[in-house]
Amino acid sequence: MSGLDAIDVRVEGPGSLGTDNVLPLLHEIRHALQRLASTGEPTTIDLSSIPFAPQDRKQLFEILGEGEVEARVDAFGPSTVRETAFPGVWLVQHLNPHREELSALIEIARLPALLLTPEADVEESAAALGARLTA
Amino acid sequence: MDDLTLSERLRQRGVSRRGFMKFCAATASMMALPPILIPKIAAALEQARRPSVIWLSFQECTGCTESLTRSHAPTLEGLIFDHISLDYHHTLQAAAGDAAEHAREEAMKKHHGEYLLVVDGSIPLGENGNFSAIAGISNLEMLKEVAEGAAAIVSVGTCAAYGGLPMAKPNPTGAVSVEEIIKDKPIVNVPGCPPIPTVITGVLAHFLTFGGLPELDHLKRPKVFFGQNIHDRCYRRPFYERGQFAETFDDEGARKGWCLFKLGCKGPTTYNACATARWNEGTSWPVESGHGCIGCSEPNFWDAGGFYRALSLPHTDVGETILTAGAAGIAVGAAAAVLNRKNKSDAVKNRETITIKDLEKES
Repeated sequence: MSGLDAIDVRVEGPGSLGTDNVLPLLHEIRHALQRLASTGEPTTIDLSSIPFAPQDRKQLFEILGEGEVEARVDAFGPSTVRETAFPGVWLVQHLNPHREELSALIEIARLPALLLTPEADVEESAAALGARLTA
Repeated sequence: MDDLTLSERLRQRGVSRRGFMKFCAATASMMALPPILIPKIAAALEQARRPSVIWLSFQECTGCTESLTRSHAPTLEGLIFDHISLDYHHTLQAAAGDAAEHAREEAMKKHHGEYLLVVDGSIPLGENGNFSAIAGISNLEMLKEVAEGAAAIVSVGTCAAYGGLPMAKPNPTGAVSVEEIIKDKPIVNVPGCPPIPTVITGVLAHFLTFGGLPELDHLKRPKVFFGQNIHDRCYRRPFYERGQFAETFDDEGARKGWCLFKLGCKGPTTYNACATARWNEGTSWPVESGHGCIGCSEPNFWDAGGFYRALSLPHTDVGETILTAGAAGIAVGAAAAVLNRKNKSDAVKNRETITIKDLEKES
């Protein structure tokens, strides 16, 4: 036992340092969902632009929960795309090759843009397969 | 090689189109621009050419360069930094002496009127500018010479932007900021001691992406990063609204993460992006680690009356006023900010110089 064990340290549980920062964001997401439903217009919210305490993000993710779809994209480091328990609300997290976060987004969309194949890739893909078949 | 666009350069490194889009999303986030601009950023970066950058370091501690280069790699900052042609930075470049100065002169000649000049450190005017020199050329002389052919100047760090620590009273070298000397070039100030690496690269990325400088506030700081004060962007703000303050660094309030206003936090008078950009690979920032903001991105912060003194308290009982009227929220915050600004300027005006002898006497 080291001398450090004698120091009385109290560890606060999750949520005990709660702020009021999550609720307004949930309302923003609700409005974005209504807009998606009525006009089809998607919305992206950059979580790093919101002054969150560490527990705020955890609380937000807990409330949004987990949905049916999860995808992983390997491009300039891994990215995860996960639909929440509220269909149309996606959590998109971009990491660099060292698995450090580059950005975290909430996308309110039918499908996050990252999952769509870029048009130029489709053209190159057709040419590449054609070349393979004629080789 | 120099003619490659940023997207071509990334593609050459094996970054796919999806990877490029991800890069653009992260760049938008870094530039504090809304995600709706990601396609525009992608279109601009597709065409972005490699700009020439000359970096001059004057009276400084190298903290600004450390802030940028010590960021984790490979980072977004690293990729953007790789894309600029850093033609002169005497701390980083391999060449020294005549060879280094020759590289600077070559870049100035080749890219005259187009290069970006980055400066960290203040410029001493005392003793005819002879307090600091590089290769026998005084800082003052070198700044004037390089600024003449620059498209724009980025003053990185509080020393270059406002004089910083070298200008703190009694300012023995007669230190001044870049904008005190150069009056005929667009200047953007990126203050901070040191500045946040993503803010430095965010400004470079803006120049790279849009070919110009971002919108600036009255102190020539980019509004996207310095448009709101620390207090308004602080996740502890709700505690301020509720009148819940830490009174000491080890009391119940401190443990519960309450507002640090009464412990000297300069958040209400400080404009910077720490609350969202964060430090150390996005790990945390001063207030999150339990220490108030020291106001390092504001002019004269070294002479502003003490990092642990709540600026409002010595003159009026603002602490109590705020506790009682905490619910009034933003109005009180604004009033406190005005009062703090006044107290800060009084503190700067009335500050007495303390000598080593005084300190020895006190101990």
